[in-house]
Amino acid sequence: MSEHIDSIKTYAAVWIALLVLTGVTTAVAYVDLGSFSVVVALVIAFCKTMLVALFFMHVRHSTRLTKLVVVGGLLWLAILLTFTMADIVTRGW
Amino acid sequence: METLALREQFDTADQQKDASTLGMWIFLLTEIMFFGGMFLLYTVYRHLYPTVFAVASSSLNAVLGAANTAVLLCSSFTMVLAVRAAQLGQRRAIIIFLILTLILGFAFLGVKAVEWNEKFVEHHVPGFTFHFEGLPADLQGPAQLFFSLYFAMTGLHALHMVIGVGLLTFLILQARKGKYSAEYMTPVDIAGLYWHFVDIIWIFLFPLLYLIDRHLPK
Repeated sequence: MSEHIDSIKTYAAVWIALLVLTGVTTAVAYVDLGSFSVVVALVIAFCKTMLVALFFMHVRHSTRLTKLVVVGGLLWLAILLTFTMADIVTRGW
Repeated sequence: METLALREQFDTADQQKDASTLGMWIFLLTEIMFFGGMFLLYTVYRHLYPTVFAVASSSLNAVLGAANTAVLLCSSFTMVLAVRAAQLGQRRAIIIFLILTLILGFAFLGVKAVEWNEKFVEHHVPGFTFHFEGLPADLQGPAQLFFSLYFAMTGLHALHMVIGVGLLTFLILQARKGKYSAEYMTPVDIAGLYWHFVDIIWIFLFPLLYLIDRHLPK
């Protein structure tokens, strides 16, 4: 992999976007969206994660193998959460 | 210099660098699953005791939480600038940005200490003296569960921050000796991945612990 060096401008734009999203997620938490509050909070958190991973952690310039490992990790996490919650939510207790 | 040498199992310096990056990501995946277990536990108990978790969660200090999120995001920005300086071989800039990152790391831990102290004052620390005002006796248990998870998750995150502070200190000392250059900056790069990962954990902890039940009527 040849080194890709992003400009300070790019990093600054990502940083400002992250701060804005933090403000948005805090402000929107006080608005009554019912059960959508969780969804909105998680979508914003996921967007912030993507920004950090792709730009700050250089995933967009990484090798395919590294990208595969990152996606694989998220997949395993999704399996852990989905299958356990599928059990918990549908139990008769 | 010993650190510049291409180890015999690699064909090129690029390949050696890619292997380090991949290795770090595999370590980070074990960390995702490690924290994932805690997030899962939190989700399960939040599902079982929604009202108590909502009340307990809303008692956290959202202003300090948001401020700390901003501090951590700023530290990620200075960290990525340190990595960039290393890529360009700007030795002085590496040290300056690493020191800024270190200061922001300490700021985060300082705010965390203030928050934890509030919990001790309010008797919100799980244990014999635990008492959550306004909840009947049979719901004190679930409230303790929330604060147990709060301390376990933010505590584990803070432990990672402490380790990160240690790594930064090591990097600053090495950078002062002129160990890092455009040709060799793998440790700075790898530590950067770790620091951003710890940031991502907080990006999820903040809304899940502090925010998602704020809209509910008290």
